[in-house]
Amino acid sequence: MAQAFFGGVHPNDMKAATNEKAIEQLQAPAQVVIPMSMHFGAPCTPTVSKGDYVKLGQKIGEFKGLGAPIHASVSGTVAAVEPRPYSMGGKVMSVVIDNDFKDELSEEVKAPADPDALSVEEMVEVVKQAGIVGMGGATFPTHVKISGGIGKVDTVIINGAECEPYITGDHRAMLERPAEIIGGCCYLAKMFGVNKVVIGVEDNKKNGIEALNKVIAEQKAPVVVESLRCRYPQGGEKQLCQAITGKQVPPGGLPANIGCAVFNINTTIAIYHAIKDGMPVVRKVVTVSGSGVVEPKNLECPIGTPVSLLFDACGGLKDETFKLIAGGPMMGMAQASADFPVAKGTGAVLAFAGNENKVSADPTCIRCGRCVEACPMHLEPLYLYLYVQKNRIEDLEAAHVMDCIECGACSYICPGRLHLTHSFKVGKQKVKEAAAKAKAAAEAAKAAEEAKKEA
Amino acid sequence: MLNDYKGLKLIASSNPHIRNNEDTRSIMLDVVIALCPALLMSVIRFGFRALIAVVVSMASAMFFEWLYRKLLHKTQTVGDLSAAVTGMLLAFVSPVTLPYWMLIVGNFFAIFVVKQLYGGLGKNFLNPALAGRAALVACYTSQMTSWIDPSAKAALFGGADVVTAATPLAMMKGGEFEALTAQYSLSDMFIGKIGGSMGEISAMMLLIGGLYLIFRKVISWQIPVAYIGTVAILTFLFPQGNDALTWMLYNVLGGGLFLGAFFMATDYVTSPVTKKGQLIFGLGCGLITVFIRYFGSYPEGVCYSILVMNCCTWIIDKYTKPTRFGVDKKAAKEAAKK
Repeated sequence: MAQAFFGGVHPNDMKAATNEKAIEQLQAPAQVVIPMSMHFGAPCTPTVSKGDYVKLGQKIGEFKGLGAPIHASVSGTVAAVEPRPYSMGGKVMSVVIDNDFKDELSEEVKAPADPDALSVEEMVEVVKQAGIVGMGGATFPTHVKISGGIGKVDTVIINGAECEPYITGDHRAMLERPAEIIGGCCYLAKMFGVNKVVIGVEDNKKNGIEALNKVIAEQKAPVVVESLRCRYPQGGEKQLCQAITGKQVPPGGLPANIGCAVFNINTTIAIYHAIKDGMPVVRKVVTVSGSGVVEPKNLECPIGTPVSLLFDACGGLKDETFKLIAGGPMMGMAQASADFPVAKGTGAVLAFAGNENKVSADPTCIRCGRCVEACPMHLEPLYLYLYVQKNRIEDLEAAHVMDCIECGACSYICPGRLHLTHSFKVGKQKVKEAAAKAKAAAEAAKAAEEAKKEA
Repeated sequence: MLNDYKGLKLIASSNPHIRNNEDTRSIMLDVVIALCPALLMSVIRFGFRALIAVVVSMASAMFFEWLYRKLLHKTQTVGDLSAAVTGMLLAFVSPVTLPYWMLIVGNFFAIFVVKQLYGGLGKNFLNPALAGRAALVACYTSQMTSWIDPSAKAALFGGADVVTAATPLAMMKGGEFEALTAQYSLSDMFIGKIGGSMGEISAMMLLIGGLYLIFRKVISWQIPVAYIGTVAILTFLFPQGNDALTWMLYNVLGGGLFLGAFFMATDYVTSPVTKKGQLIFGLGCGLITVFIRYFGSYPEGVCYSILVMNCCTWIIDKYTKPTRFGVDKKAAKEAAKK
């Protein structure tokens, strides 16, 4: 039985604009710009150079340490390997490919002769080589999550909450690709050695739950769907674990600490295609929505597609558009221009042209306590805010600012329009800096003492 | 329509990018709306003087707020309507016969001294309206404690030299409980056919307003329920009349308990932020109210009990922090001991 997490908010989900629109294939772009940083960890190193001919699915970026490889999403000639703007702000090394529209498949893409005969190690290796990362937006390398969780995890959870307003990519996948989701679940069950996988879905996607249950019944798959209360941030990793198992991830810990591993719906589909067809991550479903978009849609496109082409396919943007967001409205990142490509973690691109921008000339806390009630991490945002304002680093740390998941619920609900979430990002940075400084000082003192002894 | 996307003027602010519709102004407006039924009853009982007093009080509170911010070159905050609520409440806790200029003096103290000198909205530690009332009681004791007979309408002008009547609580304090039950029936008490401050007489109208605020999620139930519940239980257990139930009901319905519990003790700025803290706050208000009514020299204790608890808010907040996410309650307590 699904339980509730503490707190949260209930924004208007705004999903009606796209939740009945089937995923459309975007017309192939003439050029793709593939950033070498689309995952949590250090950027990849490009393995191709200008003038090279690359095929669809060919590896063009290799990772080192924590990361995942990157593949060509079209076939064609490399036009440039240079820093380009991307959705995380600033520029990052990118591989620019001129599309030859042949979609010639790389020899590296090979479907295993018998996917079911693969050992667990081989399956994890396939996931690693396919460049799969958390598609919900966190972009944590999936193979690391799996290999780190094997043996510890007894509950595999598929995150179909999709609690961010506007986004409908996971919902559409449940309706249009349920067999692929369940197939991915079965591979995950095998890798973790568990006999049950739980898919958590918010109850505003009833037809999605039905579609999944139908496939589960047909295949007699070891999967159950849990209907969850519609409440943001239900799809936060820690909140989802709490809702499904009733257990809380310890501070600074991972879901694996309480025996859980969480995978996004589209990540699960990517796992399915990697193991079944040998296909790496080269395409992405993106919800294009918001009051600034003339005709909102769910589009599937090659990774690296410039978002301007997505807007073109949706009838363009309204003149009054004042904000572009990569991701959802609660946790997404506002963009300085429309010049950025679709990456592995880009689940939505939103444009706002209405009355979404609610600001106050003089943000004032009235101590209403709504932020305390909304915080899913049991923090007291109003006090954290005060500590950041007054630069009280020790108090910040004692009030557990590092537990903040930056979900935005406190800022959303604040009637005084305080920039709570933003200030906690600043506060976390300050705590980290203070800790680094203290460490450096301690080391310097130790070195000085040793130097003294030697003298 | 844009053909390229170069000309966009984009705002690149931090997440979240959407905000709830409710803001400080809409909350304060809801409080004003919730006070209107009680105002209506006040006008019915005391005449148009009640309406004029409330308008004068609200206008002066907003004027002082504007003036202070203007003099100190700070951003204008009159628009958030918090001063309007303070002005309305201060009128509500004053007798209808109080001269208008005294109301204005009270608002000066409430807005200038109690609220703005501490930094304005959100920074004051006392409820401005109640602190304003306390100041008026200290300065103009007789005018603040003479109550017009509820059957007589107050003249629009003139002072407090009118037919006066004791409030139910004063009669109870004076040991005239039997005379009180003979004079006012329970329904008189509930509807508000009794003597008292402008806004406190009708428990019924205040209850309507209070339920509206709870329904609109402007306030939570914790403070009013804990407050009224504590008063009810204590007066029922320790009655000073023959019938415990009647004694309890007259105690709950008489005086400013409903006004205090729904509209004053729930003031965000001066009450705790956690639900647990709010229960403790309400309980404390209830205890002190009954202590003052039973053992104090005043017949009524709502105003001072809330002011005392306002001073305890910071310490309640300190000891009712939410348990850290991912930490077992017992383990957290043991860690705190070490």
